[in-house]
Amino acid sequence: MIPLSWYLIVAAGLFVVGIFGVLTRKNLIGILMGVELMLNAVNINLLAFWSYLYPQSLSGLTFVAVVFVAAAAEAAVGLALIISIYRRRTTVNAEEINLLRG
Amino acid sequence: MDGAMILEWVIKSIFLILVMTGGFAYVTLYERKVLARIQVRIGPNRAGPFGVLQPVADGIKLIFKEELVPAKADKLIFTLAPVLTVIPALIITAVVPWGTEVTLFGRTIKLYLADINIAVLYLMAVTSISIYGIALAGWSSNNKYATLGGLRATAQMISYELALGFAMIVPVMMAGSMSLVDIVESQKPVWFVFVQPLAFLIYFIAALAEINRSPFDMPEAEQELTAGYHTEYSGMKFALFFMAEYIKMIAISMIGSSLFLGGYRGPFVDQLPALGPLYLFIKVAIVLFVIIWIRATLPRIRYDRLMQFGWKVLFPLALLNVFVTGVVLILVGG
Amino acid sequence: MTPLQIVFLLVAAITLFSAVMVVSIRGMMHAALFLVLTLMGVAFMFATLGSRFFAIIQILVYIGSIAILIIFAVMLTRNIMDAEVASLNRGWWFFAPLALLIFASIVLVLSSWSAFATLRDLSSTSGENILEFGKALTDPNGFVIPFEVASVLLVAAMVGAVYIAMERRGGRG
Repeated sequence: MIPLSWYLIVAAGLFVVGIFGVLTRKNLIGILMGVELMLNAVNINLLAFWSYLYPQSLSGLTFVAVVFVAAAAEAAVGLALIISIYRRRTTVNAEEINLLRG
Repeated sequence: MDGAMILEWVIKSIFLILVMTGGFAYVTLYERKVLARIQVRIGPNRAGPFGVLQPVADGIKLIFKEELVPAKADKLIFTLAPVLTVIPALIITAVVPWGTEVTLFGRTIKLYLADINIAVLYLMAVTSISIYGIALAGWSSNNKYATLGGLRATAQMISYELALGFAMIVPVMMAGSMSLVDIVESQKPVWFVFVQPLAFLIYFIAALAEINRSPFDMPEAEQELTAGYHTEYSGMKFALFFMAEYIKMIAISMIGSSLFLGGYRGPFVDQLPALGPLYLFIKVAIVLFVIIWIRATLPRIRYDRLMQFGWKVLFPLALLNVFVTGVVLILVGG
Repeated sequence: MTPLQIVFLLVAAITLFSAVMVVSIRGMMHAALFLVLTLMGVAFMFATLGSRFFAIIQILVYIGSIAILIIFAVMLTRNIMDAEVASLNRGWWFFAPLALLIFASIVLVLSSWSAFATLRDLSSTSGENILEFGKALTDPNGFVIPFEVASVLLVAAMVGAVYIAMERRGGRG
């Protein structure tokens, strides 16, 4: 039997690693991967709460499903943006994309 | 969960893997024989009577070939890619039932490895993983032809996966269950291919594209890409790709038979359950024959036409089919 | 320790290790492959939580589609980042302790919660009832609005992605 805390700690670790990736990666695709890690951590938490505390309720599952949809939409739009930027500026380095810096 | 149960599972898994790998060897022979007959040749007939030892000879030849690794290839991924291609092909048939249940040594044995309630989702998940091996093989070879072949294969498989998924949803809707055992059982009165011929056609075309068989064998077009994603592979690594392709052929035949052609169902199968695997075998052999026949008959489709066909014809048609099926099922009161 | 606990710890270690590799390894392709390993670990965790459906969906959606898309994007934008010297920006030495601090504070806050160490035997559960779940998603008294909003979001994202990534002929774009 695994206590709920283990899942929460793993999810917290995954989330923090995701934050670190988003803040430090130079590559746009790398930033996107960090976001995916964070979304996965959220999903572990949601399913853990569902499974340990409210196994009869379907709200937790709906939340997870919506997070999945949001993740898919985010990945599709994000990668389309990255490909589009790469076409125009031939770089995917976040530090070189500074048109708005003035 | 007792020890005998685990032993039964292990035996079934090993049996399934042996059938798939042995089947791979003999499907190559079957393909060469059928192709030869269609092209008015004789085909392999030297090794053993009627050439039955030909696959063994081929295997021995491939084992003794030199293994080449390109100089600047990513060695780990280069070695991993063939393995990643074979594993999904081997595990995908775990949910396909071969029969109902037989009594052997005083013990009732169910003739399927796993009957999970989301079997069709499992099939789709494993299909989507099988892209990895090919994409990574193309990327890690550090060769522009291989990379192009890998990219083409990835794009093609993602595109046709949608139509494949929609075609697989139709039997699920008809049977009201995602378990393949339930789907096969609900085809007792009539096979789904007679009710849903369009869905079967879409499944068949999309599955051919998914396993890169002709006329959709674009990723390995020799004339344009030298050989596609496996250009740099030789020896046993190449044999693994070859193996995966043929095992996938068997797998899609088994899945197609179960979803649309009644699976292990046939006359007298309720009285004599041992007939189940035999019926499934016959159906798989017929579907394989059609696949080989198509290879012998149809030319390869141009790549842009292939993508257009997938997105503009097959995908809307599959969507429409699901929609119409749903409406009819509600009207009939299913 | 039960065997399940040992397996869980092992998978958790692999998951976290590969997550760290995702954000720190230099080559983007390897990062994407470690991402796949992380996602596999998460799928395993879903399965141990008694949610077979979402374990399979995790493989289908994340590993089969999102990670493949990421790998596709890496292949399309390659040769640019491979030669790069540093893959992390200059602030990484500041963000690493910050991340650890956030982790510590999350665990600290959670451990003061009464339900933190809840134990439940999950081995007997047969997974979620997907029939009930499916009906609830289309039930007006259930979750039909989130379901519809999610569908609209997907359609909007799809149209947007196609529009953004479309190659414009002859124009400045």
